[in-house]
Amino acid sequence: MLTARGVSKHFGGLTAVDEVDFDVYPGEVVALLGDNGAGKSTLIKCISGVYRPEQGQVFFNGVDITHQPPADVRNRGIETIYQDLALAENLDVGANVFLGKEKTRRLMGVIPVTDDNYMRQEASGALDELDIHIPSLRQKLVNLSGGQRQAVAIARAMYWNAQLVIMDEPTAALGVPEQRKVLALIRSLREQDIPVILISHTMHDVMAVADRMVVMRRGRVVANIQRAEATEELIVRHIVGSVENGENAVMI
Amino acid sequence: MAANNPLVRAQRLPFINARSIEVVTKSWSYLFLLGLVVYFSLVGTGFFSVRNFSSILTTSTLIMLMSIGQTYVIITAGIDLSVGWTVGLASVTTARVMRDLAAGGNDIAFAMLMGTMAGLLVALIPGLVNGVLVARIRVPPFIATLGMFGIVRGAAFLLTDGQQVVRGLSAELREALRMIGNGSLLYYIPEDGFHWFALPPDLPPQQLRLVSQLLPYPVIITALVAVVFAFILARTKFGRHTYVIGGSEEAARRSGINVDRHLIIIYIICGFTAGIAGVLHLFRFTAGAPQAGEAALLSSVAAVVIGGTNLFGGEGDIMGAVVGSLIIAVLQTGLVILNIDSIWQFIVVGVVIIIAVLVNQLQAALERLQTNV
Repeated sequence: MLTARGVSKHFGGLTAVDEVDFDVYPGEVVALLGDNGAGKSTLIKCISGVYRPEQGQVFFNGVDITHQPPADVRNRGIETIYQDLALAENLDVGANVFLGKEKTRRLMGVIPVTDDNYMRQEASGALDELDIHIPSLRQKLVNLSGGQRQAVAIARAMYWNAQLVIMDEPTAALGVPEQRKVLALIRSLREQDIPVILISHTMHDVMAVADRMVVMRRGRVVANIQRAEATEELIVRHIVGSVENGENAVMI
Repeated sequence: MAANNPLVRAQRLPFINARSIEVVTKSWSYLFLLGLVVYFSLVGTGFFSVRNFSSILTTSTLIMLMSIGQTYVIITAGIDLSVGWTVGLASVTTARVMRDLAAGGNDIAFAMLMGTMAGLLVALIPGLVNGVLVARIRVPPFIATLGMFGIVRGAAFLLTDGQQVVRGLSAELREALRMIGNGSLLYYIPEDGFHWFALPPDLPPQQLRLVSQLLPYPVIITALVAVVFAFILARTKFGRHTYVIGGSEEAARRSGINVDRHLIIIYIICGFTAGIAGVLHLFRFTAGAPQAGEAALLSSVAAVVIGGTNLFGGEGDIMGAVVGSLIIAVLQTGLVILNIDSIWQFIVVGVVIIIAVLVNQLQAALERLQTNV
């Protein structure tokens, strides 16, 4: 579904991403792991169009999206949910699902006004699909819990027909029950055949939801491990580099 | 599922829900205004009269117009310190254009129309510059508009050749200005009745003193401006995007909102409503004065804050600014009627501002408390 080939990105003398090949297949959750500075975020940004890689190509559903601007990449169905979620917490769920794409209706047939009821209903439908219940749709997001906000961000991505969701540290800064809820959300995305790229430091989360783990180190992909073969210990060893030559890893 | 979800339970538990907190903290300013009116009506002789209320409304228009544009700016977490002098710049420009056109033998009505247009247009310039500085060059709003504060002030005084007012407005022009600036759509004369547009000619002076203006033109104009901008803010996509930017500029950018363009338009709106205030000031006082809005700047910011608009952005509405402006105007008039030194109004308004901010913070604290139950 997503295919990156030989992607490289340099910042001055530093090679942040070094000839990386990376694939995502339909309906799988891929965890992207690595220490700080391993190149995870840079790789993601090369995919989402925030950065322009100097070398290599990125294909999505067979289309070359390598140097497309972020908005075009989004329109093709790759939705990135950053840690800060990019929500307007002073507004309600409906306004947030329709952020920047507000639905309007014509007042007295002429004046375009925001159709808040429609947006609330649609948002409610999107949340129902994720099995998320928010007591009042008129609540401002600032009054919702971290997990609920995460759900709103995901619901928004879904509503606008995301075909691939990239999540950057979705469980950071959440309490334990909230973390579980987010993991359940990731599973429900997979059930709907929407692949997820999950960037995480939390080994527990990764083991709980990922179908495949890709480990990066110093800008390179050093391991690509199927869930069945993965143990926490093996992954950590790849992350810290104690299997540099890959004798224990299953390289694909 | 919903009932067993701890998150959902937490939302239902508190005896005070977010909505009731919001209602109370939002409506305190309305209650405060009502309380002030009742208090002054009970203790101040002559306060409770149509005549006085109409005069309070007219007084409030200057601050109110400025606070309408300021509300937009403050919702985006900005501030515009330059509008006080934008009022003066508009007033002076309008006066000069009217004077020169009238002196050039043009029709008075034509001169007035062109002067008004010129005043409104010139007020857009500081707004545009503020917007570009804030949005494109990323100068903090406080600094950018403080710079404009000085520039516009200088420009306004240059246009009056260093005088306190624009000289040389003909008597005929002044009379015409007064008809609108001090006129009313509807008059009421006790024991005589209602009169539309104008008072009957040769009204005896003792009756003239009893005349009440029911719909003064400046109030009508200000009300129209308030309704239009309240509608835009509350109901349109433009208004929604204003709140989005105030809530999270980053979210706004990522969702594809053209934040730079939006901010520039908002600072232009702020200049525009100040421009209307300036033109109206000229119509009311028939003197183009550079310092027309000087004292009103802080009052207009105060009005916005008293009305519940959050200085950190993301929250507020035009109705709040209207109520805030009325509170200040009622205080000013009420204290005068009670024969209290008018200096006290500064202290009282200052206290009210602090109360307003405290209420705002209380609201935020209660909401946090509620979320964390």
